[in-house]
Amino acid sequence: MSVSARAVIRVAGIRRTYGRVVAVDEVSFEVNQGEIFGLIGPNGAGKTTTMECVEGLRRPDRGDISVLSLDPFRDVYALQQRIGVQLQAAQLQKRIKVWEAVDLWASLYQTPVNGAALLEQLGLTDKRDAWFMTLSGGQKQRLFIALALVNDPEVVFLDELTTGLDPQARRAIWDLVRGIRERGKTVFLTTHLMEEAERLCDRVAIIDHGRIIDIDTPAGLVSRHCPERTVILTTADQAADGCFRAIPDVQSVERHETRFTIRGQGDDLVTDVIQCLSENRIKVTDFRTVIPTLEDVFLRLTGHSIRD
Amino acid sequence: MQGLLKLTWLEIKIFAREPMGLVGSIAIPVVTFLLLGRAMGGRGAAGPSDSVEFVRVTLPVLAAILIALSTVLSLITIVSIYREGGILKRLRATPLRPHTILTAHVLVKLFMTAVTLVVLVAAGKRYYPVGLYLPVLSFTLALLLSTLAILSVGFLVASVVPTARFAQPIGAAIFYPMVALSGLFFPIASLSPPLQALAHVMPLTYAVSLLRGILTGDPWSAHLVDVVGLAVVFLVCTALSSRVFRWE
Repeated sequence: MSVSARAVIRVAGIRRTYGRVVAVDEVSFEVNQGEIFGLIGPNGAGKTTTMECVEGLRRPDRGDISVLSLDPFRDVYALQQRIGVQLQAAQLQKRIKVWEAVDLWASLYQTPVNGAALLEQLGLTDKRDAWFMTLSGGQKQRLFIALALVNDPEVVFLDELTTGLDPQARRAIWDLVRGIRERGKTVFLTTHLMEEAERLCDRVAIIDHGRIIDIDTPAGLVSRHCPERTVILTTADQAADGCFRAIPDVQSVERHETRFTIRGQGDDLVTDVIQCLSENRIKVTDFRTVIPTLEDVFLRLTGHSIRD
Repeated sequence: MQGLLKLTWLEIKIFAREPMGLVGSIAIPVVTFLLLGRAMGGRGAAGPSDSVEFVRVTLPVLAAILIALSTVLSLITIVSIYREGGILKRLRATPLRPHTILTAHVLVKLFMTAVTLVVLVAAGKRYYPVGLYLPVLSFTLALLLSTLAILSVGFLVASVVPTARFAQPIGAAIFYPMVALSGLFFPIASLSPPLQALAHVMPLTYAVSLLRGILTGDPWSAHLVDVVGLAVVFLVCTALSSRVFRWE
């Protein structure tokens, strides 16, 4: 993965209200060239509002946004040639055929890619004559990705791309998104699925109640906010207990017959436990680690679960 | 421009794929027209001149107005369905200009009106019992102007109807009473003063007066008021709906 430090999206202090409801406030972040950047948070946190401001579909009440050095509101038509957009919960005409949609979209841009090749790439060649309403959820999302890629964009926006898909279709979509990054494009996505963010994003911004709480790589967020690590192992060795307690990072050792739960802080804990096992020639019959996820980070930072 | 033509053609094809699309917008007005014409014409051949007048003038005007209304109602419905499904929003996130997206739908509806009219005239020539005087060019122009004015009112309604489910009934509730007051069945002068005032702000009143005049052989110069009235309605409603139109 090569991430250069050039920011293609800069958002500085935007605020957007709907009547008396503040949807986003003081939101600032940058998205770098060539990365997959995720805006994560529960439904209603302000993800879509933020993304639509960046796309030029909504005007923030205040704050500055630049995308590819353009103002998304003033230069919206110049920008649209260079970005690809997939909107949350937006459909197509029920009886439009797959190829007709791709053909229409291609005709709207100055530098369209080959539509047939695009459909092939997204596995939609068999469906080219099918009406939109007959497609499965996964096929619809693949078509939306095709439409977002039809102008060979530099930045691709994907809003809640895999919501409502089954796990298998979701994985297939993740592979497609990684493929977009491999072609040197920048991807800005929103999701409320922590697993999706963890597996797909190079960096994520956590948003809750319209405000950004923290931005980092998923691993960086986990190690900063949830440094606790747990090793659970089974051994009959009577001397093991004392050995584990002697490890510097270890905070507690719980023993239940032959099963040990070793808790401590920091990324080194797991290595230290393994080293201890090997130095003391302790035989184990089971060994696993429990490492916090983005879900735990979210819970710790916001005090509530993302599903609430 | 290329986007407009492409989108218009695509929307025509999509409309034709709907099960009730073509039947509803073309067959029903044509069949109604023929049935009414035959029923009245059968009596009209030997009967009082009233029914000849009905078949020669009132019926064609009524048919034209009904075609215009059915296209307007279907425009209101389709705009609200597209809005509810996020299709308008999705199109708007492309380089298509907002007015191009909406113009395409108006063109589709005008195209449907034209097709219906052609079918109607062809069917009328073949089956109509009473000879029909039809100045094709003038009548088409008058109908085009009337349809545009009614469409603009329709767009204003489409701009603000809350959901697709309400679009059709709300549209019908607004437009069908207009037909009753338009002077097509009773002279406007016979209405009570408040209803007369109402009739004079409705585009249908001017449309009926213009279409009837053209059919009875009046020159355009005799209907300048109607032309100006329709143009004013068109301009005002278009300007208003461009301000209040909701994309989502």
